[in-house]
Amino acid sequence: MKVKLTIWRQKNPDSKGQFITYPVDVVNGEMSMLECLDVLNETLMGRGEEPVAFEHDCREGICGSCGFMINGIAHGPLPATTVCQLTMRHFKDGDELVLEPWRSRSFPLVKDLVVDRRSFDRIIQAGGYVSVSTGNAPDGNAIPVGKEIADRAMDAAACIGCGACVAACPNGSAALFTGAKIAHLGILPQGKPEQDRRAVRMVAQMNVEGFGSCTNIGECTGVCPKEIPLEEIARMNRDYLLGAWRERGNVVTAIAPVTDWNFGEK
Amino acid sequence: MSTAVAGQRENRTPSFWQSTNGKKAVMAVTGAILFLFVVGHLAGNLQVFEGPAKINAYGHFLRTIGEILWAIRIILIVCVVLHIVATVQLALLNWKTRPVGYSRKKAINSSYADRTMYWSGPIVLAFVIFHLLQFTAGYIHPESQFIDGDIYHNIVAGFSVWWVSAWYIFSLLLLGFHMRHGLWSMFQSLGLNHPRHTPVLKQAALWITIVIVAGYISIPIGVLAGWVR
Ligand code: SF4
Ligand code: FES
Repeated sequence: MKVKLTIWRQKNPDSKGQFITYPVDVVNGEMSMLECLDVLNETLMGRGEEPVAFEHDCREGICGSCGFMINGIAHGPLPATTVCQLTMRHFKDGDELVLEPWRSRSFPLVKDLVVDRRSFDRIIQAGGYVSVSTGNAPDGNAIPVGKEIADRAMDAAACIGCGACVAACPNGSAALFTGAKIAHLGILPQGKPEQDRRAVRMVAQMNVEGFGSCTNIGECTGVCPKEIPLEEIARMNRDYLLGAWRERGNVVTAIAPVTDWNFGEK
Repeated sequence: MSTAVAGQRENRTPSFWQSTNGKKAVMAVTGAILFLFVVGHLAGNLQVFEGPAKINAYGHFLRTIGEILWAIRIILIVCVVLHIVATVQLALLNWKTRPVGYSRKKAINSSYADRTMYWSGPIVLAFVIFHLLQFTAGYIHPESQFIDGDIYHNIVAGFSVWWVSAWYIFSLLLLGFHMRHGLWSMFQSLGLNHPRHTPVLKQAALWITIVIVAGYISIPIGVLAGWVR
């Protein structure tokens, strides 16, 4: 099986990028999209050319490192699948696949298919945690959590922070990600004490990062590899509305977005 | 390559109105009020099918309640203004979020109504202005005569002009698209979403919209077909 990969090549944030087409011989349909890029990179390096930069880590769909657009769909045509889990047998012989990085001003491009998603980290930093006292580990069953609540929290917690939701959103909104992160803690008893503050601060940070506004259309959940539902966005809105009222007297701080990179000596 | 660039604390954070979520909440509430108007307005105007006496009396009644009518008008105007200001500001933000566009992009999960809110909104606004000038103020009455107070006559004379009716029907269909999205979206923006109730709500939004649009459109169709004359 042969495919043509048309890939966005851009040397660094400041240079001008362009699409370059590479023919790739996919020896085995069970190869993943990323393995396909590995094969291509071997060939490129063999020819002394610069390999295609792309992010990856676990390659089993759980870390959230990987992700790019394939023919205009974030993470490719298969629902609920990251590109590392997307096998080539889902494409046909002779297909042309256009690989493009996530495009968002809050995800500045680093190189080729790699974008800087530290804006997500800062949203987490703003309130995506629960404060616990140090000391002995608490007893596992000290706080009983009902099965339904545990399941809902787990579903929201499945978000791997890949950024596909932002990439797919016509408004460049990070509502699904932020919603999932606010929800999975707020649902649990451990997250309740900080629920108001969390929502207010994470929403503030999301706004400072320059993400767009949600128009409730659902493109995000359509591409989300973890199928996070729009319900989590409503959850964020509810927590934010209540939190904004209850926390109205408090000063909210945000972390200044830092988008520059330290490239070392090179 | 190192990522060790520490973030500094920054104090400027968006207020409720400045935040995207806050603006959407305002849009939801104002949208809901405008929806109530759309329902009330339809209920009042369907009386045209009951003959001139009935609807003219209704129009007269609205004019006699003076202050209350103006209070309602002011609330509606405030809602329209807030709804539009919030939309425009959010749209300006959203258009900036993707400085480098995609070479190709597929919409895989949103409906036509969802994606055309930016179009249906302004066209409906243009229609509402035209509509007010025609039937409330009487400034514009193409190819027909405006008689202050004789609502029945104005409706029949106005809609007898085919293109007025066509423009009316077209705008109402767009209002339908707008409501189809807005009627459930407002709940989402206010944080009310439920795995079981939301699908029902979406269905309900569709049917309520169909009934309302059909009700409005029945008036020009009734005039053109000669049922109302
Ligand atoms: S919500 Fe889904 S698409 Fe968005 S970051 Fe989380 S896993 Fe990725
Ligand atoms: S590499 Fe970890 S999710 Fe794809």
